[in-house]
Amino acid sequence: MTERQDVVTLTIDGVEVSAPKGMTVLEAAKRAGVVIPHYCYHPGLPVAGVCRMCLVHVENTPKLQIACAIPVADGMVVNPYHDEAVEARRGVLEFLLINHPLDCPICDQAGECELQNYVFREGRARTRYSPTYAKRFNPVEDFGGDILYVPNRCILCTRCVQFMEHVADDPVLNVSDRGDRAFIGIHPGEQLEHAWSGNVVDLCPVGSLISKDFLHKARAWELDKAPGVCTGCSQGCNVVLETLHNTVVRLRPRTNLEVNRFFMCDHGRLDYRWLNRGDRIEAPLVRQDGDLAAVDWHHALERAADIVKGSGGPIVVLASARASNEALFLATRVAGERFVGAFRVERVDGEEPLPGVPNLALRSERAPNVRGATELGYTETFDAAVTALADAAAVIVVDEPLDTVSNAALAKVPSVIYMGTTLPEPARVAQVVLPITNVAEEDGTFVNRDGRVQRYLQAKTGPGMARPAWWVLGELLVELGRGEPLATAGEAFEMLAGAVRAFDGISYDGLGYLGAVLGTAAKAEATA
Amino acid sequence: MGYPHEPHPKETLILSKHFGDAGARSYDGWVKCGGYQALKRALAMDPADVIEIVKESGLRGRGGAGFPTGLKWSFMPKERRKPHYLCCNADESEPGTFKDREIMRWTPHALIEGCAIAQHAIQAEVCYIYIRGEFTEPIAIMQAALDEAYREGVLGGNAMGTNRRIDMYIHRGAGAYICGEETALMNSIEGRRGNPRIRPPFPAQQGVFGMPTTINNVETLVSVLPVLNEGAEWYKDLSLGNPKSTGTKLFSVCGHVRKPGNYEVTMGFPLGELVNDLCGGMRDGRTLKACIPGGSSVPILNREETEACLLDYEGCVEQGTMLGSGGVIVFDDSADMVYQIMRLARFYAHESCAQCTQCREGTAWTVRILERILRGEGEMKDLDLLLDLSEQMTGKTICVLSDSCAAPIVSGIKKFRDEFEAYITGAKQPVAALT
Amino acid sequence: MKATGAYEPIFAGERRKRLDDVFTCYPTKRAALLPALWIVQQTHGWISDEAMTEVGQVLGVTAAYVKGVVTFYTMYHQHPVGRHFIQVCTTTPCNLCGAEGVVEAILEHTGCGDLGATSADGRFTVIEVECLGACGFPTAVMVDDDFIEGVTVDGVPELLGRYP
Repeated sequence: MTERQDVVTLTIDGVEVSAPKGMTVLEAAKRAGVVIPHYCYHPGLPVAGVCRMCLVHVENTPKLQIACAIPVADGMVVNPYHDEAVEARRGVLEFLLINHPLDCPICDQAGECELQNYVFREGRARTRYSPTYAKRFNPVEDFGGDILYVPNRCILCTRCVQFMEHVADDPVLNVSDRGDRAFIGIHPGEQLEHAWSGNVVDLCPVGSLISKDFLHKARAWELDKAPGVCTGCSQGCNVVLETLHNTVVRLRPRTNLEVNRFFMCDHGRLDYRWLNRGDRIEAPLVRQDGDLAAVDWHHALERAADIVKGSGGPIVVLASARASNEALFLATRVAGERFVGAFRVERVDGEEPLPGVPNLALRSERAPNVRGATELGYTETFDAAVTALADAAAVIVVDEPLDTVSNAALAKVPSVIYMGTTLPEPARVAQVVLPITNVAEEDGTFVNRDGRVQRYLQAKTGPGMARPAWWVLGELLVELGRGEPLATAGEAFEMLAGAVRAFDGISYDGLGYLGAVLGTAAKAEATA
Repeated sequence: MGYPHEPHPKETLILSKHFGDAGARSYDGWVKCGGYQALKRALAMDPADVIEIVKESGLRGRGGAGFPTGLKWSFMPKERRKPHYLCCNADESEPGTFKDREIMRWTPHALIEGCAIAQHAIQAEVCYIYIRGEFTEPIAIMQAALDEAYREGVLGGNAMGTNRRIDMYIHRGAGAYICGEETALMNSIEGRRGNPRIRPPFPAQQGVFGMPTTINNVETLVSVLPVLNEGAEWYKDLSLGNPKSTGTKLFSVCGHVRKPGNYEVTMGFPLGELVNDLCGGMRDGRTLKACIPGGSSVPILNREETEACLLDYEGCVEQGTMLGSGGVIVFDDSADMVYQIMRLARFYAHESCAQCTQCREGTAWTVRILERILRGEGEMKDLDLLLDLSEQMTGKTICVLSDSCAAPIVSGIKKFRDEFEAYITGAKQPVAALT
Repeated sequence: MKATGAYEPIFAGERRKRLDDVFTCYPTKRAALLPALWIVQQTHGWISDEAMTEVGQVLGVTAAYVKGVVTFYTMYHQHPVGRHFIQVCTTTPCNLCGAEGVVEAILEHTGCGDLGATSADGRFTVIEVECLGACGFPTAVMVDDDFIEGVTVDGVPELLGRYP
């Protein structure tokens, strides 16, 4: 609990708010429901105080103050909408626009541009800048990595420079020249090669730093957005999946102060095309007369249940560390006493940390749910499990792409139930093929490397008859007479949480958008 | 003309007493002139007592803001828990001002002595003398004097035989007016762009290299010498006008006067007398039109105001302007105020560091409007626009560079509106060079 | 110093020693940046991208950082200039006393034609600068490191003659 003396009470736009000492007026204003317009300020960066957009009126202070830099004080009365403050911000906006190309129709940022937004809110209706004056012009520059710089749109807020210097600790961007000739510069021998440099595109409040990958792909307002978790590594950065016409076109970081703050790495950011693969299995398949034939779900599940029931001996589950906790758990239930679970994860040498944020890095384990799989009884013994397949009575493949598995290895097993999004060569020996959705097409949870259980939500619809793996396995349990139908991922998770000790005390609803850490309940018990 | 001029009887020669005397440049010469006595006195005193004397003397900063020097020193932590620094601001770049250059050229040891006293008062082992890059001659003279001072034991590990360390280094600027702003100056010393910093933290808490720092102008530091030599009371009595303005001040006079140069007069001296009498007035057949008394950043005075203005902090404010750095720019009736105000605006647009939006864009826009008026393409509403932009550029930025651009614009349009209108109506021919 | 052949480091031998002396004046290496850039410019007459890279390496900052600083300070040349670099003050005080005429005369007598251009013989580059801080002695002109006061239109030919 915060000590009383560490909290001050102030009035912002007529609303009384409490805020901890040391907090800035801009942050405190958010508590009063007031977003004070700003450009250079960003909660993840040092305060620059240069754009002068967040000027507010503070009672008993001779000059307007920048809300981003002044700390709250007891009894302070802040009026962001005082005539003088509004006039000053209108002035800043006018100044920012005089050299701006006003090329919103061809600008990627349009629709999510702070310059557009604040001009819309507080700007002048007409410019007073004579049309006979030349506007500043500099050509578009390739900054390397995924980034283009459009200097004509730049408002010199310097967020990008601050990020590269103070957060990425790789100051390859600068402010060059001075006065109205200034621009964001880079040295010819250097590029934005840092593993986290793509964040400057998100940080740029205007369309000046833009992603080559996203260039002219979509208008911001056409995008549908869903909260997700990055699958690029075990860090579990919170992301937003943005789709256009049911296609993922962009990943962006979603703020989670406990995991990734405001950032995500370029590896995760650009690793989304597989979510849009066209070569998907669209219907359940069963082996009939030597060939795989499309059938309905009921028929396929019946065949799968027959395999599970009819076999004696170990049921090996070859799982992906990209599969949800719900799927992984239900697969253990399907295999029951005979469960042997293994997963495989790509490991690379070294991590790519973001120096300015503690405990944030592109991790060497390149899958999102290694911890979840481990907690649920799977071991990272994939190759051994594959070698020992001769002893298995049946194999259930859960979303494992089988890249490292030979055709012959699976062919040795009497029965194979393959659950996947695509049908790789080795999987063609399966008796039953069950089409599942990918991570963008379903709800579910992962556990990151620090034991944080995090939800991801469906961002697009799956193809054809593909269903979430938790649904498929839940139906299979019903078919086996060992369960009730599951309607949602949440129900699957509650079943998991009720059964697996590590997940004690965690509820699906309680996870919210920021997740909860495994073992919290156990710890609370221990201290009680 | 040329420098130095013969002293005028109405001058009070204290700081400039040895201007023109090349003999005073050397260590020996300076000692013969009574040099290093003030430092000896100071080093024998408790730092707090030195600060107290300077406080009592009423000495105020000569760089422009006029902040009481002793008070500024007293903001430094009393105990030296980490390194303290003194920065001497010798980045003299304010148009119209050229006094610090003469101090360094003629009496380099006076500056060294002043710095050393200040260092003792604020307990700073190290002082950086930040000299603008163009001042090649003052840099060479100061460097030679520093070398001498180290040789003579004034500086170094056993400064003046006190077993205390006083170090002093020259840091050469490289062409940026804004580095005369104290926080920009510190950034420049640290090897950064000369961007002014947001305050707080103030330099006395977190200055150069993050350490407690005091920044003083060259003239301020040399003014400490007479305060210590003659006493606070004596110094305080040097005042012709308001008792809050004490001592003597160097006024650099330039523009349309017969005898431009540096004149040292007691605070409160009449500006009209300085211009018309000491500087010999206007050239033949010319009359005084306007005057900027404190360097280009302060509001312009018309003739009546100039003649009524007393040269001290309060006297200038009374006339709607500021004493600033004491750079007096004089305009006679041949001056084209619109053109000269445009030149000033160009100066500020060129020197804007690019941080604050209003300054970066506003100074450049101001220039464009003024150039358009001078081309004969202006409209009456451009004058209101200029005033409105000036309003937006005043009191809203990290430092006062954009305020400084606005000051001559606002006062210029107010006092010389007819000259602007003459270009707009076509009564005056456009400036050919701009068309 | 056009890029013909391998880049030769500037901070070697005596110049490296000079820089090491500079380091002793400051608590951080970064603070030696302005002095280091002066050494570069005194050596080569201007500061090339390669030199910025070297300065960055020596001081432990990126080349981009160095470039940001170089472009802030107008006295650092980012391009080669003539054998003699002439800066003429044209700010208000000098301007009132005829500085623009002096600029014209210098442009004419040097054969530079335009501000910023180098004369065909490579002898001069002329630019206008803002206030040099010698306002009482117009027109203030810098030729290389020489600070010259009271330059008049008539005095230009003699002045230039001193710089072969």
